[in-house]
Amino acid sequence: MIVLRRDLLLAFRRRSDVATTLFFFLIVSSLFPLGIGPEAAVLSSIAPGVLWVAALLAGMISLSRIFAADFADGSLEQMLIAPQPLALLVLAKISAHWIVCGLPVVLLAPLIGLQYALPNDALVVLVLSLLLGTPALSLIGAIGAALTLGVRGSGLLVALLVLPLYIPVLIFGAGAVAASQHGMSAQAHLSLLAACSLLSLVLAPLATAAALRISVE
Amino acid sequence: MLIAQNLTCLRGDRLLFRKVGFELGAGGLMYVLGENGSGKSSLLRLLCGLLTPEDGQVFWKGKSIKHDAENYQTDLTYIGHLNGLKDDLTSLENLQFSARLAANVVDNATALNALTAIGVARCANLPVGVLSQGQKRRVALARLWLSTSQLWILDEPFAALDTASVVVLTTQLNQHMAKGGMTIITTHQDVDIQAESTQTLRLSA
Repeated sequence: MIVLRRDLLLAFRRRSDVATTLFFFLIVSSLFPLGIGPEAAVLSSIAPGVLWVAALLAGMISLSRIFAADFADGSLEQMLIAPQPLALLVLAKISAHWIVCGLPVVLLAPLIGLQYALPNDALVVLVLSLLLGTPALSLIGAIGAALTLGVRGSGLLVALLVLPLYIPVLIFGAGAVAASQHGMSAQAHLSLLAACSLLSLVLAPLATAAALRISVE
Repeated sequence: MLIAQNLTCLRGDRLLFRKVGFELGAGGLMYVLGENGSGKSSLLRLLCGLLTPEDGQVFWKGKSIKHDAENYQTDLTYIGHLNGLKDDLTSLENLQFSARLAANVVDNATALNALTAIGVARCANLPVGVLSQGQKRRVALARLWLSTSQLWILDEPFAALDTASVVVLTTQLNQHMAKGGMTIITTHQDVDIQAESTQTLRLSA
């Protein structure tokens, strides 16, 4: 808890960092309507994929921030030797990352969805799918961030490591929105998304903790 | 009691030291000396459990620190050459966070006392980012006034400190030793810390 509070406080003091992620999402997802043209049919058919990819990239550019600053100033060392389970501290840091970088994207998504002429029920599914799926992005991404800690060019490396692992989340997330656009139930997709998040909730903190121990050596 | 046996440390291809061993009892003080790059910091990190030795083991109260990490970490305070402070938090917030991380909840007044003791009370509500190197170091060292752990491992605690602070810190170390604490310290300065038993470990490059 204390780590979560500290990370949120730090994010609040460095609001510009948070804004970067959000504006990235905003701009990337606004480029497509500008480039493709205002045809509602085309836009709404590409919307699920485009919005999910934008959310995924926005989450990814902020990944290296989870641990890099703490690594550089030595506070990560102190966490590694704290008498609390490292996986829990890591989970707190990941939660902070999600609240700061994931949640705003979820909240902003319906507004962007309007640009793509998404019908109302598809907008609801879009928000739901992002709500269920983005935690998995933060959790899986943290493993990559921990593995590439202190490595030169880690930003690009983290993308190469993590993006392939994001594929299932992307498929189910975009699939959910597309299903509801075609009048089908999105429930199967949403359940699978929730399963991805739960599975990574259990495994990712442990894997990240192990990766951090290796990276700090 | 802290016992190190046959510690060997490799960094990359380079052998830093091999077969280093010592025993440190209650009230014991150990200086780790050596040239730059001789592996002093690596030895300290190894003793904290941050590095895994190539060979050898460290025991705390009879148990290997690998297997009984949580108990060991409760008894340990480590201040490395990085201060572990966040530039965007105030000195007080930083200090309280590190105390809480060590499972030691302290209120504002106690934390402020610690900062006063080492002479940075004026900076309590300033973000650490605006402080000088020596002031940052002192904020990091203020943890020692809140620490309840028995073993202190300090990497160059006197670096960047002014003469007055060196005296204050030495007094605090004396008190810790008098209470039966243990300290492992690297330093390039001549300091006179009173301890029941003092030993010196010299690492050669």
